[in-house]
Amino acid sequence: MNGGALFVAVFLACVVEAVEALTIVLAAGTARDWRSAYIGVGSALLVLAGVLAVLGPAVSRIPLSGLRLFVGGLLLVFGLQWLRKAILRASGHKALHDEDLIYRTQLATAEAAPVDRRGVVADWYAFTLSFKGVLLEGLEVVFIVLTFGTNQHAVPLASVAALAAVLLVAVAGLAARAPLARVPENTMKFAVGVMLTAFGTFWGAEGAGARWPGADAALLALVPAVLLLALAMVAVLRRSAAPEPDIVTPVVQPGEVTP
Amino acid sequence: MIGRLRGFAAFWYDFVIGDDWRVAVGVIVAFAATFALSRTAVPAWWLVPAAVTLLLPMSLWRATRGK
Repeated sequence: MNGGALFVAVFLACVVEAVEALTIVLAAGTARDWRSAYIGVGSALLVLAGVLAVLGPAVSRIPLSGLRLFVGGLLLVFGLQWLRKAILRASGHKALHDEDLIYRTQLATAEAAPVDRRGVVADWYAFTLSFKGVLLEGLEVVFIVLTFGTNQHAVPLASVAALAAVLLVAVAGLAARAPLARVPENTMKFAVGVMLTAFGTFWGAEGAGARWPGADAALLALVPAVLLLALAMVAVLRRSAAPEPDIVTPVVQPGEVTP
Repeated sequence: MIGRLRGFAAFWYDFVIGDDWRVAVGVIVAFAATFALSRTAVPAWWLVPAAVTLLLPMSLWRATRGK
């Protein structure tokens, strides 16, 4: 896989996660207290840096074939999860992810919670809401950077892609002080699910001892093949989908992992 | 303490395995079969893609049946 494909895969996945984290931080800051929300973001980033510092060198010490099997397996299971949800959403069997609606739900919940001061944190609710949101979505970013980066010996490039995605979303979101509802999140999740599944298939099979015809070029067939399978599934499931509104009220908590 | 450990385990289960544990089991079985086949003269690369072609529709079918 060339550097460009790695960059695009990591960048898209990280934009999706960053948009979700941003929605939670905006709700915490707007409804409660911006300073506490920012302290929550900073604390979560510190924890994530610690996780990356511990896991990064540990993962890179695993022999390449073992690494590809382990990482390929994780990526494939993870990718199939994303793809499954994306297909269910695209075919009308699951509510579309709507950042505006999630933001309003979070805002209403945050406004109703009592104020609790702890130490330097003026509003504990705003702190924990931001902390959990950034930590949980950030863990997915760390996972994607490590799996893609270590497999291709390109952790710095994967990190740059992740950082670029997070910075872009943070700057856009904080400038607008509104959730980035115009980001085509459902389409991006579909694309990321296809890529994670294709790369997981490639690396996992290679780690298990298979030799791909055409070596790395096999990915050029795998990615479109997974895309075609996913689109076919959407077409089949659309026929059986009950007529219902595209978007219903989601029940998304800051502690929930939402691929 | 036990409650926190359970919560920690539940988080990682949800993070990695997700809604359908059978997909994870299917992936492990496919890798094991690929490993076994790669020890022979028969090409083994097709096994994991074939598993994906089965696992994804089956998981979707389980998610949508009864709707």
